[in-house]
Amino acid sequence: MAGITLAGVEKHYGRMRVVHGIDLDIAHEEFVVLVGPSGCGKSTTLRMIAGLEEITGGEIRIGERVVNDLPPRKRNISMVFQNYALYPHMNVRDNLGFGLKIAGQPQAVIAERVREAAEILGLSELLDRTPAELSGGQRQRVAMGRAIVRHPDAFLFDEPLSNLDAKLRGQMRAEIKKLHQKVKTTVVYVTHDQIEAMTLADRIVVMRDGYIEQVGTPMEVFNHPANTFVATFIGSPPMNLLPGRIEGGQVRLAGGEAVPVPARLAARVAEGLEVVLGIRPDDISPVGHGLGEVAEPADITLTVSIAEPLGMESLIYTTIAGQEVQAKLYGPRIVGPGEVLPFRLALERAHLFDAETGDTLEAR
Amino acid sequence: MSRAFQTGRVNWTPVLLLLPAIGVMMFVVALPLVFSLYTSLTSYRLTRPETIWDFVWFRNYERLFGNRDFWVAFGRTILFLTIALNVQLILGLGIALLINKITWGQRTLRTIMMFPMMFSPILVGFQFKFIFNDNIGILNNALQSLGWTDRAIPWLVDGKLAMFSIIFAEVWMSTSVFAILLLAGLFAMPRDPLEAAKVDGCNAWQVFRHITLPFLMPFAFIAMTIRSLDIARAYDIVKVMTDGGPAGRTELLWTMIARTAYQDARMGQANAAAYLSTILSIAFTYYFYLKLVESRRYMGGVQ
Repeated sequence: MAGITLAGVEKHYGRMRVVHGIDLDIAHEEFVVLVGPSGCGKSTTLRMIAGLEEITGGEIRIGERVVNDLPPRKRNISMVFQNYALYPHMNVRDNLGFGLKIAGQPQAVIAERVREAAEILGLSELLDRTPAELSGGQRQRVAMGRAIVRHPDAFLFDEPLSNLDAKLRGQMRAEIKKLHQKVKTTVVYVTHDQIEAMTLADRIVVMRDGYIEQVGTPMEVFNHPANTFVATFIGSPPMNLLPGRIEGGQVRLAGGEAVPVPARLAARVAEGLEVVLGIRPDDISPVGHGLGEVAEPADITLTVSIAEPLGMESLIYTTIAGQEVQAKLYGPRIVGPGEVLPFRLALERAHLFDAETGDTLEAR
Repeated sequence: MSRAFQTGRVNWTPVLLLLPAIGVMMFVVALPLVFSLYTSLTSYRLTRPETIWDFVWFRNYERLFGNRDFWVAFGRTILFLTIALNVQLILGLGIALLINKITWGQRTLRTIMMFPMMFSPILVGFQFKFIFNDNIGILNNALQSLGWTDRAIPWLVDGKLAMFSIIFAEVWMSTSVFAILLLAGLFAMPRDPLEAAKVDGCNAWQVFRHITLPFLMPFAFIAMTIRSLDIARAYDIVKVMTDGGPAGRTELLWTMIARTAYQDARMGQANAAAYLSTILSIAFTYYFYLKLVESRRYMGGVQ
């Protein structure tokens, strides 16, 4: 039984503060994904958990143990690196068994555990090859195998899929998910790819500039973003943000148009408040081509600037109140540039953020 | 145009274009090789040029096989090579690892480290001859001043000490070759496998032993290959410091061959010995080259 607890963890490099006192509780067997743009401190955080970076302040516990001053080898964790980090001079079998050999396990145990891991990951045929003779996906699997043979308290993944091509990335993503179901262990997974975060995580931790912006299940983070950063970072294409002001129970957008305040937020806005209206492309669609029923419709006529047909749907670029906005058209209909269409906004799924702080106006 | 040169089925254009290169190679490499091989089968003496026509078949070689001094020098050269290479490897590795850790002033140190390589081996020989001189040498002077000894230690006069002194000079001069190549290896080393090993449970020594060292071995073998060629032909330092003395106790193959060739003027005999010593150089170089190829086999897909 080993969860991971971060309490006020800080990292400074000289005067530069990279991680600003973050708190995070990761439950036993939970799959947590740290996601954020590059430079947000997510990899540093992972490396501090691994013990590859010293922590400047705070406390890290794995299970009941405070591991602040323990070297990586005493933390009983294993890590999968972005560049696989296989030992080039060892074949797959020795790569997998290396940690056990160092730990002084008897030959029979090593052989058995290696066999077991190779079976789980489909590496049985490749045991005698060297890393140089493997493809990218196979190397990635060896790296994961090396992590699981030791039966550690936690797996740490550092952007494990970013060196693979798109197709392989999709496959490996599914394999990692399957692996976690087979080998139940606490996982901390770092990525900059919000799709990986959404698909893999039990809980997502969105980070920016060394701070945690939001922690929640993928659906929580997607449906109730805590602020404009999370709103635009999670979800693809990103949420549209339109600045405006509350006037007479409506959001008066910068260009003069007005839309009603979403009903669930009506009590939370004061007259004259500067806000940002957030609405996902999926919730702005030409009338009759939307995503299901709309409970709180707001109709607006817009001109298509560009349309990108994607088969069963099209991504439409248009402008609302002088701002570029992306909208979605569901269905096989093709629209062209310059076409003027009535659009419908699904306001029940729209968000309002405080224009000054960027924080959501929803009850949290 | 090229058609014009095609007579029959042979395409003469490449041959024609390569001719100057082939000519130079023949003249510079092949001709002296064949000539020296020929003279090693004659009783050629520099003082009596007509003996170059005195073909004696393998008499020079037979004489060498029965010559105890030659085989002692042969064995001593192997010993010299083995000790010098190993000491240089270990010291060079140590220096490279230390310098790799330094973050401030590393460039300066790297440059300073190369100083010994900038001196002519002859001058290094003279310098160490002075340092090790039993009467006026700075080493004995220092030892006596420190009160560690009151005798004049015969560094270059005692057979064993003289060999030690020569190896010391050689190590001083060439350790930096190892250090530089190994340092280059350390710079090229990916950091990820080191970190993976740490997470996998290695302590610092185990990381070095299982990850760093195997990665550095190709670089070590490159240095070994280069240096083994160089040391196997060692002549200058020994010539200056001891001239093979005392009483032939530091005689290496090439000091012996040079003496036979130019002092005794027996060029035929010397060439025969030279051909046998070449085998030694080739053997060592080939051995290290094989090790190099073997250790590099895995380094293809580090990523």
